Amino acid sequence: MKSEQLHIKSESRSNNIKYLRSAYWLISDILTITKRSLITYTRIPQALFFSTLQPVMFVLLFRYVFGGAIPIKNIQYVNYLIPGIFVQTVLFGSVSTGIGLAEDLQKGIIERFRALPMSKIAVLAGRTVADLVRNIFVIIILTGVAFAVGFRVETSVIFFISGLLLLLVFAFAISWGFTIVGLSAPNSETAQVMSFPLIFPLTFASSAFVPVASMPSWLRGFATYQPVSVLIDASRKLMVNFPSTASNWTVDETLIWSVGALIVLLPLAVFKFNRSG
Amino acid sequence: METPAIQVNSLSKTFTKAKIKALDDVSFEVETGTVLGLLGPNGAGKTTIVRILTTILKPDSGSAKIFGLNLSSQANLIKRQFGLAGQYAAVDENLTGMENLVMISKLTHLQKRTIKNRCFQLLEQFDLIEAKDRPLKTYSGGMRRRLDLAASLVNTPPLLFLDEPTTGLDPQSRLMLWESIEKLVKEGTTVLLTTQYLEEADKLADQIVVINHGRLIANGTPSELKNQLGTSIVTLTFNDIQQTKSAFEIVTSDIKNKSVIEETSIKILTEDGPKTALQLLRLIDSSALVLTGLNISEPSLDDVFLSLTGLNNHE
Ligand SMILES: Nc1ncnc2c1ncn2[C@@H]1O[C@H](COP(=O)(O)OP(=O)(O)O)[C@@H](O)[C@H]1O
Ligand SMILES: [Mg+2]
Repeated sequence: MKSEQLHIKSESRSNNIKYLRSAYWLISDILTITKRSLITYTRIPQALFFSTLQPVMFVLLFRYVFGGAIPIKNIQYVNYLIPGIFVQTVLFGSVSTGIGLAEDLQKGIIERFRALPMSKIAVLAGRTVADLVRNIFVIIILTGVAFAVGFRVETSVIFFISGLLLLLVFAFAISWGFTIVGLSAPNSETAQVMSFPLIFPLTFASSAFVPVASMPSWLRGFATYQPVSVLIDASRKLMVNFPSTASNWTVDETLIWSVGALIVLLPLAVFKFNRSG
Repeated sequence: METPAIQVNSLSKTFTKAKIKALDDVSFEVETGTVLGLLGPNGAGKTTIVRILTTILKPDSGSAKIFGLNLSSQANLIKRQFGLAGQYAAVDENLTGMENLVMISKLTHLQKRTIKNRCFQLLEQFDLIEAKDRPLKTYSGGMRRRLDLAASLVNTPPLLFLDEPTTGLDPQSRLMLWESIEKLVKEGTTVLLTTQYLEEADKLADQIVVINHGRLIANGTPSELKNQLGTSIVTLTFNDIQQTKSAFEIVTSDIKNKSVIEETSIKILTEDGPKTALQLLRLIDSSALVLTGLNISEPSLDDVFLSLTGLNNHE
């Protein structure tokens, strides 16, 4: 009796060690791939510069060119705009996950990864984590620009940072969707044009730049309840205390959307990666 | 007897979307410590075999063992037994030589403290130590290939897959790479190398497997393959392709030897060179065709290859 118990105990212990070891290597593999992608960004600084410049230009365009013509009740337009720009920026950032992956697939380095004892999930996870890091970098710069053009936090620093974290989490989940695009495209150019029809309606038919109430009724339903609008409304609530017209639970809804997207998209992406090749 | 390094048993693979039967019932074995040359023209199925044996691709049917380990059920163990240098140098353009090797070492799950040493050693061995901190973008084709080979050796694997290792290299880089491979073989590494060049297979391989259109069409040592063809080869040369074609018709309708058209020449394989040559001369003489050359020689591996993968070979 006693020896049997011991036996079971030692078996579960050796199993634990096995799990610990594979978890260790999984994390190590993800970090190695992440590092590789981040080094690539530093080796092509032009790409990083221009992908940061783009949202800055959006800020300037809407703040100074269109902004004057878009009056919104109870809020300065710049405060209305900035959370929307943040969201648009991180989502465009998640598009680049798919483009980068398609480029790697073309080059054959992933072929080598497939023949190594490394974890397969790490090939994709390393990429999404690196793009999360890149999004954080771009958001920090954009925050500086936002304050320079007159944006002011109307809640507290903690709420503002929570808002940033929320949109980064959402973008991370969505980037798994774009890995699927990257895995389906024959090359990086195609991955790019495949991404636009997905990302444009979500970011523009939303509450990012104008209130959805100003849209025609056939579009309003979609624009109000689609997840990107929910995220934008949640960010506005957390950053500038501007209430959503749709719901009082936008932060919770965004978290549900993010977790749901991750639960569906991550296994799909891994499945697709294992199948392709 | 020792377990063979590779046992391939009736592998078949069809790419369903493209409707291409890339492999059709291919079987062969590679003894430990030897070099197998997998020879075939473009599209023959060489890369497909390598991808299956390196666990990248799953076959439709058939099985394979690497050092007695089962490909389908023990892939993770197998992955520690081989190194792969694919057809296209699979290295990262934006990383330096050193960064590439360290990355591959980490992903091969080598012990952390051994990695730096091993990478230095490999960079030295492949004459890349001076270029180690430059991004690969600045490397020449030959340097990239050498780094690719170095990357496939980080865990000192007993088995090495090289998919067209010298395609696209200049003659000097090719010689350097051959030397590196020969050195590895001397140290006991088993090698499966694919090539489109007979010279390469002849120089490096102990055993040659010839495939075409996904089928194995010959398997033996270089000299066995040559013997398989008879002892002599008679070459007839004409002025233009038109005449060569007419002559080929006449020749093949009269004699039953294996014969092949190669541009403006016809090659006929035979046991008795002079006798066949005489017979051919009489045939051509009685036609209106003008012969510009006649040659009797030993078959080269090129002839073997031509007749086996045969454009117009005549049984
Ligand atoms: N992923 C793929 N999808 C569809 N067809 C493929 C794929 N890979 C190879 N093929 C086809 O299978 C055949 C064999 O290819 P391959 O093994 O690459 O030949 P080799 O390496 O001898 O040049 C070719 O006709 C090629 O076009
Ligand atoms: Mg090939």
